[in-house]
Amino acid sequence: MPIKRARRGPRGQGAAAHVFLIPWWLGLVLVTAVPLLASLYLAFTDYNILSSPEFNGLANFRRMFEDEYFWAAVRVTLVYVLVSIPLQLGFALLLALVLDRGLRGLAFYRSAFYLPSLLGTSVAVAILWRQVFGDSGLMDRALSFFGLELGSWLQNPSLSLSTLIVLNVWTFGSPMVIFLAGLRQIPEELYEAARVDGASVVRQFTGVTIPLLTPIIFFNLILQTIGAFQTFTQAHVVSGGTGGPANSTLFYTLYIYQQGFTNFDMGYASALAWMLMAAICLVTAVHFVLSKYWVFYGDD
Amino acid sequence: MTTATLDSARTRSKAAARRRVRRDLLKHLGLGAFVLLMLYPLAWMIVSSLKPDHLVLTEPGLVPSEITFDNFVEGWHALNRPFSVFFLNSLLVTVGAIAGNLFSCSLTAFALARLEFRMRGVYIAITLVSVMLPMHVLVIPQYIFFSQLDLVNTYFPLIVPKFLATDAFFIYLMVQFIRTIPRDLDRAAWIDGSGPFRTFWYVILPLMRPALVTTTIFTFIWTWNDFFVPLIYLTSPKMFTVPVALNSMVDSESQGGVGMLFAMSLVSLLPVLIFFAVAQKQLIRGIATTGLK
Repeated sequence: MPIKRARRGPRGQGAAAHVFLIPWWLGLVLVTAVPLLASLYLAFTDYNILSSPEFNGLANFRRMFEDEYFWAAVRVTLVYVLVSIPLQLGFALLLALVLDRGLRGLAFYRSAFYLPSLLGTSVAVAILWRQVFGDSGLMDRALSFFGLELGSWLQNPSLSLSTLIVLNVWTFGSPMVIFLAGLRQIPEELYEAARVDGASVVRQFTGVTIPLLTPIIFFNLILQTIGAFQTFTQAHVVSGGTGGPANSTLFYTLYIYQQGFTNFDMGYASALAWMLMAAICLVTAVHFVLSKYWVFYGDD
Repeated sequence: MTTATLDSARTRSKAAARRRVRRDLLKHLGLGAFVLLMLYPLAWMIVSSLKPDHLVLTEPGLVPSEITFDNFVEGWHALNRPFSVFFLNSLLVTVGAIAGNLFSCSLTAFALARLEFRMRGVYIAITLVSVMLPMHVLVIPQYIFFSQLDLVNTYFPLIVPKFLATDAFFIYLMVQFIRTIPRDLDRAAWIDGSGPFRTFWYVILPLMRPALVTTTIFTFIWTWNDFFVPLIYLTSPKMFTVPVALNSMVDSESQGGVGMLFAMSLVSLLPVLIFFAVAQKQLIRGIATTGLK
């Protein structure tokens, strides 16, 4: 006989729920859904905010393929994501492993490493970075001590992007905190069982720690990748809004900003924004598909 | 067990303890050096802000040969208005954003976590997906919308969305938290004749305090640091928030010195640093729990 589930609360919850959800509904419609559709429409128009949008089919997308700045932006953003995310997560994991398992002063180290994550996207730190990597900045001095004369990294198109990669790696603290919490959830019994079976420290690491940590690695990977695709403040401040030198810091979102809010070419900017969204969706989907091969969700 | 084996076991464990101490010492040395390296740029900024301008770029060390507060005094007045104007602007936007997030996210989270209604799963899924939605795809129509309402160069575009539960991250955080509150408490309130509103206000909301504190802290820090949205909407200098003002100081760098820039950068970070010092436990717990559950 089917058992009827007991009601969990008073009657009239459905109606009450929708009262509670009024702000959410308004936000979903006005702030998210309508703008989302509007920008999809604008992506197929020529629109400069003064006159009304003119439908121009795929012209914006065709323009992208011939736009050298678009390709520069794609290249800069991809290099940034592909280089800085593995480094950032690598540092985060390494430090989490060193700090795990009863080291004294954990709270101090955790806070010290986390602090840059809080400050990393501020204009103030971007200004600091300009000076650290600028002409006769800290980096210049440190390297010239070792006999390397590179001058200002920011004026050098082949080095300027690496200053922002370093900045992103510098903020490894927040994924590290998530790794630490994940490490703590691994039951001690598993390590004991592994030791009883005669597993070495290395074997415990590859056989217990890493597999049980893969869901967390996956979570951090998705979160940080999506964030990195949208990097704006640092690139804007470090390059003075230009994306220079020679487009070497022309991040994709900076290019959207330039087209949309400097040139007021809002049709093209919307098309660019939708390409970004498509790219983020694609990368996230690929991660989810690939995760079946390496993320371990326990034996069922 | 004989005395001999006991003794050898003891020496072995002593040796292990000694090895452990030595290993921990090595770890501390390595970690300490790494902390120093990580925080060196920040320390350099603090020290440099206290140096006369001509020494900032000539002394890479942390011990200044000359100390002055001129950078702070001059920097405060480097733009056409004193920085106090920008601080008040930032404070206004931040307080508005915090109020908005606390109000709208707690209402939404309570409904999603506790009330039963049709297609609740769909609502939760939409909320989760919207965390990942890049804001750049929304910002152009939003800008057009606000400019048609003649609200560009006001704080409405910065604050109003927060009252409409658009920071889905915090809804997620609060839903996770409400789920840890025992259902029996709601049931007791229900049996006592409370409807959903009274249950929310008198039972759940007071118990949600840790989640509300975490939301306040993160909203504060993110809004305080936010650059993109104020950069787009705030066009006249008297409306600038601190990050936009700082950025405009960089543009006029040729006139001002690096020391001034550092001094004002440091001052702009002070509220964040104070929040961090006071609330680091909640911050780290907030990061860890939203990351896991």
